Amino acid sequence: MTDLMDHTAEAATTTRMNMIQAINSAMDVMMARDPDVIVMGEDVGYFGGVFRATAGLQAKYGKTRVFDTPITECGIVGVAVGMGAYGLRPVPEIQFADYIYPALDQLVSEAARLRYRSAGEFTSPITVRSPFGGGIFGGQTHSQSPEGIFTHISGVKTVIPSTPYDAKGLLIAAIEDNDPTIFFEPKRIYNGPFNGHWDRPAENWSKHPAGEVPTGYYKIELGKAKVVREGEALTILAYGTMVHVCQQVVADTGVDAEIVDLRTLVPLDIDTIEASVKKTGRCMIVHEATRTSGFGSELSALVQERCFYHLEAPIERVTGFDTPYPHSLEWAYFPGPVRIGEALKKIMKDA
Amino acid sequence: MASDTRRTNLPPLALHVPEPKFRPGDAVDFVGVDVPAVDAARRPDTAAQASEFPDLAYGLVRVLDLDGTAGGAWDPKLSPDMMRRMLRSMALVRAFDERMFRAQRQGKTSFYMKCTGEEAVAVAAAHALDYEDMCFPSYRQQGLLIARGWSLVDMMNQIYSNSADRLQGKQLPIMYSVKEAGFFSISGNLATQYPQAVGWAMASAAKGDTRISAVWCGEGSTAEGDFHSACTFASVYRAPVILNVVNNQWAISSFSGFAGAEATTFAARAVGYGIAGLRVDGNDALAVYAATQWAAERARTNQGPTLIEHFTYRAEGHSTSDDPGQYRSAGEATAWPLGDPIARLKAHLIALGEWDEDRHAAQDKELAEEVKVAQKEAEKNGILGHGLHQPLDTLFDGVFEEMPWHLREQQAQMMAEEAASGRPWDRK
Repeated sequence: MTDLMDHTAEAATTTRMNMIQAINSAMDVMMARDPDVIVMGEDVGYFGGVFRATAGLQAKYGKTRVFDTPITECGIVGVAVGMGAYGLRPVPEIQFADYIYPALDQLVSEAARLRYRSAGEFTSPITVRSPFGGGIFGGQTHSQSPEGIFTHISGVKTVIPSTPYDAKGLLIAAIEDNDPTIFFEPKRIYNGPFNGHWDRPAENWSKHPAGEVPTGYYKIELGKAKVVREGEALTILAYGTMVHVCQQVVADTGVDAEIVDLRTLVPLDIDTIEASVKKTGRCMIVHEATRTSGFGSELSALVQERCFYHLEAPIERVTGFDTPYPHSLEWAYFPGPVRIGEALKKIMKDA
Repeated sequence: MASDTRRTNLPPLALHVPEPKFRPGDAVDFVGVDVPAVDAARRPDTAAQASEFPDLAYGLVRVLDLDGTAGGAWDPKLSPDMMRRMLRSMALVRAFDERMFRAQRQGKTSFYMKCTGEEAVAVAAAHALDYEDMCFPSYRQQGLLIARGWSLVDMMNQIYSNSADRLQGKQLPIMYSVKEAGFFSISGNLATQYPQAVGWAMASAAKGDTRISAVWCGEGSTAEGDFHSACTFASVYRAPVILNVVNNQWAISSFSGFAGAEATTFAARAVGYGIAGLRVDGNDALAVYAATQWAAERARTNQGPTLIEHFTYRAEGHSTSDDPGQYRSAGEATAWPLGDPIARLKAHLIALGEWDEDRHAAQDKELAEEVKVAQKEAEKNGILGHGLHQPLDTLFDGVFEEMPWHLREQQAQMMAEEAASGRPWDRK
């Protein structure tokens, strides 16, 4: 799991990609392999998406496979569910995760339950892609991290990549998966691995090993976490942008932390989490989403239930505050190096 | 607070809250309901522009007159055999409803919903569509399954959540799902099937298929956002879909005014979307057949969607949990000016000399017996009133294609609880 290239790669050829290009490549690969894969959403067609994730796909595959939609998220997901029932494999895009709420009824009441309520007669093999997370001065409605809403729904999978390599492999796996999947793309790291230091020059993926991405087909199994840094002192559970922020804090503080990138929140890789916490005896959970009833609460409860006798300190949750995502106060809200550093001191105090 | 800023030289605003004409105890007089003559509505070419339909969206397509004669441009001129088949299907739906309603009252199941008075809406549509066309019903189109010849025993198994229930006891009674019969899984959430049907139709078009889809909702559900999303998508992509609105005047206790009926018709919603809109006498099986056949041809020839309002009346309570006597006059159903769909088609066949009262009475008896036999057969598989009939651990099947660890753990926990507590749910 620590080996970057441990997954079947059809094409040995790799090239440098940022996360946008990797996501674009995943859809390109899947559209070429499966004529039932279609891409739809606001501005995804001719224009290629507001983040360029679908650039070139309409020209390559035609308007009946890649098309722009009216501005109605409920319609986008509802139509995708119907297309899935017909036998297609739709990949709808919701332009920002902050705008997925109008589609909640279709996701919660329909996509998530269709297999269950019809005892398998109808299924919903859809993959809803949506840029999420903050750190880009997106203010209240271009920064949210609503993953906790989706992990609470039985019947949907929730996936969040943290690198271009993972983004492509996980997206291909999500598209092939026969269950509805919410694929949240951390837009702060579309272009480079953000380390939390907003006041330093931005990095891009060209120097990061996970920016080297196979051009062909490969996939990363859903439900498998990845240990991105092995360590003995504590376990840090993170996903998306926060994986990179945590790596930087750990490097800066010299604490020998084991960092686990969850990659899939549902189904969760409980074995990797449990093994790590039992080894280290400490667990810190980091996410950008608001704290109360966030996914960190579930992680904390699971670790407490399964690793109680191995814990040497209370589980720490480092999260966004329980407020709407502010604009000018973004870096006070964002769980960056200072907040994570303080939490590290606290959890390591008696070590 | 508001009065502090109110300009006293202007009359105060007044909020309009709709009120139905008749409440419990009121004498009913439906003179306000306009019933145009059968030859009043023109029948346009199926390739006509959507902009040409306002008169039909505000009018009423009718074929069967109340005296049993048929006429007008929309007369589908069906063979007597075909009309007898439709009559039989409608009567079978009614017999099924009556028996299943009684089964709920007898404690054999938890819930039931009749479609009394609305049988033509589903039955005539089913006869006008191809069997391969996909139907996205609401919960009151059981007539689609029955008209498509689906097994009554299978439907009852679902109602009883018994050991032969195709949905494994997971769904509320009447929320059928029959893929083989082109009947999409019913959801409790209203109008969600609307965009789904449009998506199914778009997929069929994108793949160069020849199948179309049809979807149903009540007039109350047209107020849902999904209805708007679906109409927009259907119009934008010219989806081969038939959008049916069953305007039965009532959404549980709320009359159609709360869905906007005081100001316009539901077919007229189509005008704003650029969709062909037809308003049809929903108690006239021949009109429903003709409109559906017309819309199907329009869809199949890539001319796009049609919205059909079926103007009808919900003759009974909303469900077994509802008492309409609490909110509307008991006289409404009998005073409804468009009558009863079964009685009207029957009168027409009799007027043609193709049917008679004796045959009708014999058929009713035969259908009641058919339903009774089916019920006995279904009850061999158990009734909900006697408890659970599914293996306990199937509760976790089908949440995902493959069961993840957390569901396997919960499944094991449930089985352990069962064993520890003396197996209260154990099936014999």
